Amino acid sequence: MKTEKTVKTIKIDVDKCNGCRACEVVCSAFHAQPRYSSVNPARARIRVIRDPLADIFVPVYAGEYTAAECAGRDRYTIDGKQYEECAFCRSVCPSRDLFKEPDSGLPLKCDMCESDPTLQEPLCVTWCLADALVYEERTALAEKAPAPADVDVGLEALANEHGWAKVLDAVTRMSVKMGRES
Amino acid sequence: MRYAETGFNLEVDLTRGNIERVPTDPRLTELHLGGLGTNARMMWDRVPPETDPFSPQNLLIFGTGLLTGTPAPACNRTIVTTISPQTKLFAFSMMGGFFGPELKHAGYDKIVIRGKSPELVYLWITDGKVEIRPAGHLQGLGTLESAEVIRQELGEPHAAVASIGLAGENKVWFASIEQGRSSASRMGCGAIMGDKNLKAIAVRGSGDLDVARPAEFIRLCNEALKYIEHRNAHPIEGVMPIVAGLGSPQEMAVHDEKWHTENFVWGNARVRRKDFWQPEVAQKWTETMERMRTRLLSCHNCPLKCGAAISVDTRLCSYMMKCFSKLTYTMGAFSDLDFGLRIAQKATEHGVDAFTCPQTMAFAVELYEDGILTDADMPGFPQKSEDRFYWLLDKIVRREGIGDVLADGTYWAGQRIGKGADKYAHNCIRKTEQLPLKLGMLNPIYFLMYCTGEKASITQIEGNFPQAPFETKEESAAFVEDWPHVPDDRYKQWFLEWELRGEKSIPSYPPIDATCEIVNWQEMMHYIDDSIGICAGLSSFPLKPPFHIHNLPELISAGSGLQLDEAALVKLTRRNRNLVRANNLRRGLTRADEKPPEDHWKKRFPELEKKLLDGYYEFKGWNSDGVPTRETLCELGLDYVADDLERRGILKATP
Repeated sequence: MKTEKTVKTIKIDVDKCNGCRACEVVCSAFHAQPRYSSVNPARARIRVIRDPLADIFVPVYAGEYTAAECAGRDRYTIDGKQYEECAFCRSVCPSRDLFKEPDSGLPLKCDMCESDPTLQEPLCVTWCLADALVYEERTALAEKAPAPADVDVGLEALANEHGWAKVLDAVTRMSVKMGRES
Repeated sequence: MRYAETGFNLEVDLTRGNIERVPTDPRLTELHLGGLGTNARMMWDRVPPETDPFSPQNLLIFGTGLLTGTPAPACNRTIVTTISPQTKLFAFSMMGGFFGPELKHAGYDKIVIRGKSPELVYLWITDGKVEIRPAGHLQGLGTLESAEVIRQELGEPHAAVASIGLAGENKVWFASIEQGRSSASRMGCGAIMGDKNLKAIAVRGSGDLDVARPAEFIRLCNEALKYIEHRNAHPIEGVMPIVAGLGSPQEMAVHDEKWHTENFVWGNARVRRKDFWQPEVAQKWTETMERMRTRLLSCHNCPLKCGAAISVDTRLCSYMMKCFSKLTYTMGAFSDLDFGLRIAQKATEHGVDAFTCPQTMAFAVELYEDGILTDADMPGFPQKSEDRFYWLLDKIVRREGIGDVLADGTYWAGQRIGKGADKYAHNCIRKTEQLPLKLGMLNPIYFLMYCTGEKASITQIEGNFPQAPFETKEESAAFVEDWPHVPDDRYKQWFLEWELRGEKSIPSYPPIDATCEIVNWQEMMHYIDDSIGICAGLSSFPLKPPFHIHNLPELISAGSGLQLDEAALVKLTRRNRNLVRANNLRRGLTRADEKPPEDHWKKRFPELEKKLLDGYYEFKGWNSDGVPTRETLCELGLDYVADDLERRGILKATP
């Protein structure tokens, strides 16, 4: 079954980026505690992948955490310029130091500047006067998955922690024990 | 808790290889802010006036501005201070790019270099770690080349690197320090870096930089950005396109060069070529720029695009350029833009100042044409103008043959060559080459700025007041309507009454008292910028910028936690201004040095000029020698300066 949902996106035009890193600055300031109290691009959830001499400027947002790095990393040649595949990748992964809290190493993820009251658009977009970043809400069709039962959620969490084999073992053990008691 | 600044300097003694992280005195921030102000204080305290530029005791300071690295747009400047080999005076050369913010995130406000390394080294600064590393393998490499090698060997693709090329290594007196998108070019700071055997400084940091009152500070930043958007959409009418918007002159974006090519002078700053800008030239130069310019570039956290990546031969960037360096080589050699952009690539790799270097080469060509320099001095000197420039550049950066003489700039080369060569060094103030500009009627505002601008570049003192009256009263009236930047409404009145011709035109208008105030205001704005690290392009340089004397006190206070109102900021800036001057007076600057190039204006007025300078000195609280009086100094808390100047006999003791 498909349903409509609103997807918040940022359109990135790498040709318009001037490499000023204002997006990194304001992102880190917005997410500081208290808000705007400090700046540190190393904490930003957007980074500009830059190689000025190769004319490469790619703003990338922090996405999902992944425990393992990719097996093979390809190179793309676009319009005569060679990009690492990682230049477009949002993942917080072991192969690079992007999108990790400098103190704890914990992964960072773009939250579109979620706040109360809601901002009109993420601040990186507002601060990008070059219009390399443009906020866009669009409607997309998404497969609606049935809501999982509470027990399923709990079991899945246990499985993530200990692995299915152990969980199944435990369930079997407990059902045998319960059978004896009843 | 320190806000906007880190509260630490990095002190590096290259002679002993000693590195120290030194806490700074917060009172110095209260007195001088940072950047130029605290640099000037450090030079006063630690570099006695007898110090030779090439002495190990000379300091080379990379000082970030107080607000550098904060979210305020264009707060990215690093002020490089040392004693200039060319002027023997206090130098402050500034660069934008990404170096300053990176240094703050690494935990330092300034890098203070002293001594001399026994061998060529570079400095690697990162969170909690500083290393002096061997740089023998970088010897002779270009500025961009060595930056790239360093980034690769450190595995730090995003490190900011400031480096020197052959010119700095060979102590060319106008060698620059190049830093990616920007450079500290004026007054030979690269030669001092070379003398200290320091090839480069690489820096990368991931520490927090705090601001004192976050909500207020970010509101001011947002207001500035809104205003910048507004100004981008509404260029000033009635002025040249390159200065109608914000930023430094938009040389990389604007193709129309009629004004520069026809009003500025070619060759050794002499030949004016009216009617040069013909459609076929415009078409050819536009085509060159569009072919070689791969992208317009910004400095750290700035929405303006004053720079560009230039690709000479391939699609990949060869170097980064900005502002008037676009035309200095072209015009020096009477050539075209294609040549100018090509030789600038070599010059940037070698690391030379793009004002002084082409002028010095044009000076040599002129001496050769007039038989003062001969084939005996310049064996193998080519015939074609372009070839001559490449030949001369190579000799200069290697200090080979005649290049060794020319490498000191036109003033000193003129002295050394003799045979009347000194007359050819006609475009200097305080022994430093100026913009190639020769005009008719003396302009009183520009007269005072040329005389007293201690940066020795007109662009570092001019700015917020229009360079000339508008054609019509209506245009002037429309301009002042929306002009809250002025200190008070008298400035509007002066501008409204200013006329292109007639009674109220230059040289007798603006009157002396108004001229003093206009010059003082423009200079003050530069001194504020240079101490807080805001780029002049969003503050002191363009017409109607986002930052001005009425909103900067609030911005500085919210960022740093200092309690500054307008009067306090004005006073503090006067303190910094007088301290810079005192540094120079102590090194021998006198009233006799304060004059424009003799041929800058055709029509001169010695009597009026004397009155102007007298009037300005008095306005500044300086005596008729241009020395701040004891009252002036004491009012600013500079009693120790007054004592020192009196002890040296520079300031006559008040009876």
